[in-house]
Amino acid sequence: MRNLIFASLVSVFSFTATLAIAAGPSSKLDTVDIDLTDKASLQRGAHTFMNYCLSCHSASLMRYNRMAKDLGLTEAQVLQNLMFTTDKVGDTMQIAMRAEDAKRWFGVAPPDLSVIARARGTDWLYTYLRTFYLDDSRPMGTNNLAFQDVGMPHILWEQQGYTSLNDSGQLHLTSEGQLTPRQYDAMSRDLVNFLAYISEPSKLQRLALGKWVLLYLAFFFVIAYALKKAYWKDVH
Amino acid sequence: MSMMDWIDARFPATKMWKEHLSEYYAPKNFNFWYFFGSLALLILVLQIVTGIFLTMNYKPDAELAFASVEYIMRDVQWGWLIRYLHSTGASAFFIVIYLHMFRGLLYGSYKQPRELVWIFGMLLYVVLMAEAFMGYLLPWGQMSYWGAQVIISLFGALPVIGEDLALWIRGDYVVADATLNRFFAFHVIALPIVLLGLVVAHILALHEVGSNNPDGIEIKQTKDKNGKPLDGIPFHPYYSVKDLVGVVVFLFVFSLVLFYMPEFGGWFLEKDNFVPADPLKTPEHIVPLWYFTPFYAILRAVPDKLMGVIAMGLAIVMLFLLPWLDRSKTRSIRYRGPYFRTALTIFVISFVALGYLGTQPATSLYTLLAQIFTVLYFAFFILMPVYTKLDKDKPVPERVTYK
Repeated sequence: MRNLIFASLVSVFSFTATLAIAAGPSSKLDTVDIDLTDKASLQRGAHTFMNYCLSCHSASLMRYNRMAKDLGLTEAQVLQNLMFTTDKVGDTMQIAMRAEDAKRWFGVAPPDLSVIARARGTDWLYTYLRTFYLDDSRPMGTNNLAFQDVGMPHILWEQQGYTSLNDSGQLHLTSEGQLTPRQYDAMSRDLVNFLAYISEPSKLQRLALGKWVLLYLAFFFVIAYALKKAYWKDVH
Repeated sequence: MSMMDWIDARFPATKMWKEHLSEYYAPKNFNFWYFFGSLALLILVLQIVTGIFLTMNYKPDAELAFASVEYIMRDVQWGWLIRYLHSTGASAFFIVIYLHMFRGLLYGSYKQPRELVWIFGMLLYVVLMAEAFMGYLLPWGQMSYWGAQVIISLFGALPVIGEDLALWIRGDYVVADATLNRFFAFHVIALPIVLLGLVVAHILALHEVGSNNPDGIEIKQTKDKNGKPLDGIPFHPYYSVKDLVGVVVFLFVFSLVLFYMPEFGGWFLEKDNFVPADPLKTPEHIVPLWYFTPFYAILRAVPDKLMGVIAMGLAIVMLFLLPWLDRSKTRSIRYRGPYFRTALTIFVISFVALGYLGTQPATSLYTLLAQIFTVLYFAFFILMPVYTKLDKDKPVPERVTYK
């Protein structure tokens, strides 16, 4: 009997395990190793974001002064170097472009990027930023490996240059940009790091608090367990 | 005259304390499976308290809801903690409730004279599902929106009144602001009141008949000369201190998830729910929350939509009928015969498998599997009167086994 149950359990689990592998993602993403504690990286990412993203994409749930505080910048530094659309440091990151205009120009209104890293994942964003390629069939002249027929043009072409897709599905650089591929990867990583930060600004606070809570509970467990033992010693 | 006497003359404070805690005799042989009742109560309190604080900053408005949740996550002091407590608490609630219900199956806790304890518990489960479903619409993300759209459209499958009923539930032709407002009202006040009332009924019914135990023996049958059950111990302090240990262990695991993986790989907070609801853009793959997926798999396993909805409803109705489907005199799995043991094992495998299949796209292979497990799920109940009657149960001892 016991053997029968065990055998049926094993067969079900091994079967579902095979299915789970078969149902994996269809296209392979590049992996990126981000670090939310790396303030220099976050500051570089913020710089890229403010200069290149925040004209079409808003981050309307993120405030400048919160960013200043978390990234180790003074409000004056943010006002001077990173704020182009408002002069109130308590404002959220809004854009001037109207959604209906954007829709007419790009076919779709560029999404707000406040929580994009939680919706898409950092690996996807990293792959997306690095896999624009020339495609004459598209209105903007470029396409993307992570996002087929995307409406967004290759904004960072000056940095990366342009790549083309060859017959075997590989990208190769056809015109060089200002940055080497390695430098462009680093720039993309910083930007993804920043996007991950704004998608959950309290994440570091959460991780830091977690260990104290767990430590307290582990300590309290000893007391609670001793209390239980003491009360139960006369139960036979 | 003491203060307590003054109160007791006017309100049965001491009487209630004794009846439900200090002189409520619980079997001394409770095991691991008996932690989950008190844990469910703990989570209920947690959900209500965190819910109150969320309500202070949440905006039940289709234009503002999504941003107000992120406002709580960013701008409200400790808002992220309160929100994660609530979102993690929702999933934890179902984990604990499923284990609690499984305990009932293991030890026959639904059997005579505890039928009403089971019925109230099942009602709690159904109301909790409604509570969770409505709560999940409130963040107003893509999964909130399309999950609600799919589930409400199921009512449209009913003959004649279906479409009107779905329209009446939504308050609009699609899930919209009106739907969000009414779900908010149900989620924060209507259903919690029902839940609290049912919890009281569940516990009163339990304390009237006394707790079952892993041996499935009535401890009231062997009493000492004072009329106290020989195998019983007062709930307080014995089980209050024991449950405290359970609470600490639970909170430890709960905190691990809360602080280090609040999305739990997309199972507790889905990726698509970080995209604001868009009525014009259907996500590729709409998955209900993990705790509904066994029933969702049953729904999809039946080719006809109406029959699928009926099968899904019956899957829950069957659980209500358990006390009358089980014809065995023996309660606990410890003394049950091989038929019930096998049936329960197959049932658990089917339920888990259906839960998994409900999260996956309905390919032809998966649909076939879901159909097989649906048949097995129902066979557990429909054949129960037969196999429990024929089963070769072992003799049940007089007294509980302890240590």
